[in-house]
Amino acid sequence: MDTMAEIRQTFFQECEEQLSEMELGLLAMDEGNADSETVNAVFRAVHSIKGGAGAFKLTELVQFAHSFETALDHVRSGKLTPTPEMMKIMLRAADVLSDLVEASRDGREINEANYASIAADVKALTTFDGVEEVEEPIDFQPTIIDFGMPELAIEPEPAASQEHEYRINFAPRPELYANANETILIFRELNRLGAMQAFCDAAAIPSLDDIDPNGAYFSWAVQLKSEADIAGVREVFEFVDGEADLTIESDGQAEVSDADIAALLAQALGTPPAADTANASEPSAEIIPISTMPAPVAASSETADVEPAVAPVQAVESSKPDTKAAVVPAQTTIRVEFDRVDRLINLVGELVINQAMLSQRVIEANFAGSSSVVIGLEELEQLTREIQESVMAIRAQPVKPLFQRMSRMVREVADATGKEVKLKTEGEATEVDKTVVERLAEPLTHMIRNAVDHGIESPEVRLAAGKPAEGTVRLTAAHRSGRIVIELSDDGAGINRPKVRASAINKGLIPADMQLSDSDIDNLLFLPGFSTAATISSISGRGVGMDVVKRSIQALGGRISISSRPGLGSTFSMSLPLTLAVLDGMAVSVAGQTLVVPLTAIVETLKPKKSEVHGLGSDGRVMSIRDTFVPLIDVGTQLGFRETPTQPENSVALLVETGGGARNALLVDSIQDQRQVVIKSLETNYGTVAGIAAATILGDGRVALILDVDALVSKSFEETLVGELHYGTGG
Amino acid sequence: MQNNDLTANSANNEFVAFRVGAQEFCVDIMGVREIRGWTPATPLPHAPSYVRGVINLRGAVLPIVDLGLRFGLGPTEPTPRSVIIVVHIHQQVVGLLVDAVSDILTSSEASMQPTPDIASDMAKTFVKGVYAVDSRMISIVTLDSVLPISAKAAA
Repeated sequence: MDTMAEIRQTFFQECEEQLSEMELGLLAMDEGNADSETVNAVFRAVHSIKGGAGAFKLTELVQFAHSFETALDHVRSGKLTPTPEMMKIMLRAADVLSDLVEASRDGREINEANYASIAADVKALTTFDGVEEVEEPIDFQPTIIDFGMPELAIEPEPAASQEHEYRINFAPRPELYANANETILIFRELNRLGAMQAFCDAAAIPSLDDIDPNGAYFSWAVQLKSEADIAGVREVFEFVDGEADLTIESDGQAEVSDADIAALLAQALGTPPAADTANASEPSAEIIPISTMPAPVAASSETADVEPAVAPVQAVESSKPDTKAAVVPAQTTIRVEFDRVDRLINLVGELVINQAMLSQRVIEANFAGSSSVVIGLEELEQLTREIQESVMAIRAQPVKPLFQRMSRMVREVADATGKEVKLKTEGEATEVDKTVVERLAEPLTHMIRNAVDHGIESPEVRLAAGKPAEGTVRLTAAHRSGRIVIELSDDGAGINRPKVRASAINKGLIPADMQLSDSDIDNLLFLPGFSTAATISSISGRGVGMDVVKRSIQALGGRISISSRPGLGSTFSMSLPLTLAVLDGMAVSVAGQTLVVPLTAIVETLKPKKSEVHGLGSDGRVMSIRDTFVPLIDVGTQLGFRETPTQPENSVALLVETGGGARNALLVDSIQDQRQVVIKSLETNYGTVAGIAAATILGDGRVALILDVDALVSKSFEETLVGELHYGTGG
Repeated sequence: MQNNDLTANSANNEFVAFRVGAQEFCVDIMGVREIRGWTPATPLPHAPSYVRGVINLRGAVLPIVDLGLRFGLGPTEPTPRSVIIVVHIHQQVVGLLVDAVSDILTSSEASMQPTPDIASDMAKTFVKGVYAVDSRMISIVTLDSVLPISAKAAA
C-alpha cells in the first residue's frame, strides 16, 4: 500500500513536469514553431500522463488525455495543421488536462460537465469525414513509459505449466520509436516470461551519411524458454502491434546453457541507461549477441562527433522518442524534501556564525598576522561562504513554473473580458529562492489580472488606436546586481492619470489641491483603498488592490515601481532579493546596541552638520540634503533605547528610501561595518516587534536586531506603538 | 506547560525548584529544556520591562523573561549564580532568568496544596499550587502567561 502511494506520488510529480513540458511546447506551437521536435515533445508529455493515469485507473484523465493525444498525433503526422483557433483549443485542453491531473491527485470528484465542451472541441479536431480515428486502444498497458518504476509492470500470468521454446524475430519500424515505445521494456517483459537470449541484428545500418535519425535499423532475434503460451508471448508485443515486423515460432530448436543466458541477461539488462556507448562494437554485418551491445535503449547523450564506428548505434538511439534528451545532455536530478534542505541551510547558517565567532576570538587573542591560524581561518571563511552559496543554490528555483501559471491566467482573463492578449515571457530560467517564487505567485497573479483587465484595451479600441487587435503582456525576469528584477509590461492604454487623480481626490486619499508629478500620480495606485475600475468586475477589483501587491513585495524585501506612458502601456518593475535567508546589511551602533540596517534601503550615508538640521514642529527635525528636506529620525529614541535625542553633529545619518520611494534620514551613533547576516526569526519564540524586521547573530555570539526601515519611518509608527504597548501592563 | 495538568495522581512528577528574590518556585521538569548561565541579552525595543531581551541559544533567538520583574518581586540582578531556565511554553522556547536553581523535587500531584487565598494578582496569575518541602513553601508556577499577550498572539 505504501509503495503504491509512493509510486502514485512519483507519478503526480512526473505529471507536473510533463504538464509544464506540454505547456511550453504548446506555447511554442502557438508562436508558430510547430516543428516536429516541439510537437513530439507535447505528444510525449500527454502520452506519458495518459500512460501513468491508466495504471492508476484514472479513467477520466485517460479518456481526455487520449483524445488530446490523438489530436496531437494528427498534428504530428501532418494530418492537421495548427491554426490559431486550433491552438486555442489545444491550450484550453492543456488547462483541462492539468485540472484533471490536479483533481485526480487530490482525489477530488471530477465533473465531466466542466470540460465537456473542450473535450468535444478536441474530439472534433480528430474527426475527419465524420469518422473518429482511433490510434491506440484506450486501455493500453502503462508500462511502456519509463517512469523509472518498473514495479508498475503488469505481470503476465503464466498460462501453461509446460515449458515452450520460442524463436521470435522482432524488427521495429520507425513508428514504434515515434510512438514512445522502448524496446528494452519489451525485452524486460519477455525476460519475465522465462529464460531468454536475444541477438541484435545490426546489418541494416546504412553508412553514416545515409542514416535517418528517425529511422529504425536494428532487429532482434530472441530465443525464449517459457511456460507462457504463444498468446502470452504475443501479449508482450501487444502495444507495438503494427509498429514492428514480428514473427513468433513456437518450440523451435535452440540450445543455450542457462548460465550463459543469465550472464548475458545480467549484462544486457544491468547496463545503466546512460551507458557509455564507446565500447559498442563496429557495425558488423553479423548478428551481434546483445551482451556486447550497450543496453539497446541507452539514452546516449553524446552527439554525433564520435568516431563513425559508434555512430550507427547513436543514430538509432536518437530515433527513439527521447530525441530531445539525446541532443542536450540531460541533467540528472534527485528529489529531496524541502525540510532537509532547510535543515541544511539552518546548519550552514550556524556554521557561518560560528566561523565569525571563531575569527573574532582569534583576533581578540591577538595572533600575529602571519600566523598560520589566521591563514587557516581565512580559508575556513572562504569555504564557509562557498558552502553557504551552494546550499542557497539548492533552494534556488527557476521562475519558469510561475511564469507558466501566468500564461494560463492571461488566457482566462482575456477570455472573460473578451480581449485578445498574448503573454510573452523572457528569462524563465532565472533562479531565485523557492520561498520568493512561492510568495510571488499571488501578487503576480493580481498584477497580471490588472494588466489584462485594466491595461489592455478591447480589440475595437486597440484597432481604432492603430494598434494590433491582440494586446501583449510581457513578463520578464533577470538577475541584476544580486537581486532578481521582474518586469511586467503591457502595451495597453497606460495609466489614465487625470482619472487616477480624480479618483484619489474623490476617495479622500489626497487633498484636491495637491501638486503631484506624473510618477506621484502613478504611485497613487499603491494607496490602500484605491481602485479605478468603474465597475467591479469578477476579475480585478475583488477588494485586493495594488496596495496588497506592494505589501507582499515589500514583505519579501522587495520594491515595486511603476512607469507608464499614455497610449503605450505601463510597466511594473519589481526588484527582489534572491534569498530570504541572508541579507546584506550595514551594522550600526545605537545607544550601545548593534543594529543592522538592510543595505538595499540605504541610499547614502552622511555626516550631518549642525546647520543642516532644522527643527520642525514641537519635536520634529528635518535635515537638508542638497536643498531638499527629509525627515530626520533618531533611531535611538524611536526604538526607546534612550530618552533624549542624540546630537546630530555627533552622529551619522543614513539616507534611506522606503519601498514607496519616500526618503528619510536615520540618525545613528556610528557605522561599524557592512556585512552579510543570517536572518533569524523573532516570531518563532517571541513575537513581532514594531520597527524590527528580524534578528541575526553577530560574530561575538550576541543577537543583533535588523531594522524594518519602512515601519520605522512610516508616519503611523507612533500609532502602531500605542497599539503594541498595551501588553506592557498585561498579565 | 502541558504537563502541569497531569491527571494521573499516582505518578510522581519531578520539578525544578528555583529561587527568585526570597521566594521559592518550581516548574515541571518535563517542560524544562536546559539550564544555562547568564549571558547579556540584547534589549528589544518597546518590550515590557520584564522582557530582558533576546540571547543566542545555539542559533535560535531566545527571549529572556526576568521572573523577578514578571512576578513583581523586583528585578533580578544577574550574578554569576544567576541562571536561565530554558522552558517550552506552548510552541515557543523561552528563557527564564532566576536567581538560582536550588533543587530537583519529586512530588505527587496529590501532595500539592491549593494556592493560599491572598489578594496578590501575581499569585492568582502564575501560581497554581504550593508544595511544602521541609518547612519551605515552594510555589508551582504555571508558565502560560509569562510572555506578553501580544507577543504570544503574534507567534
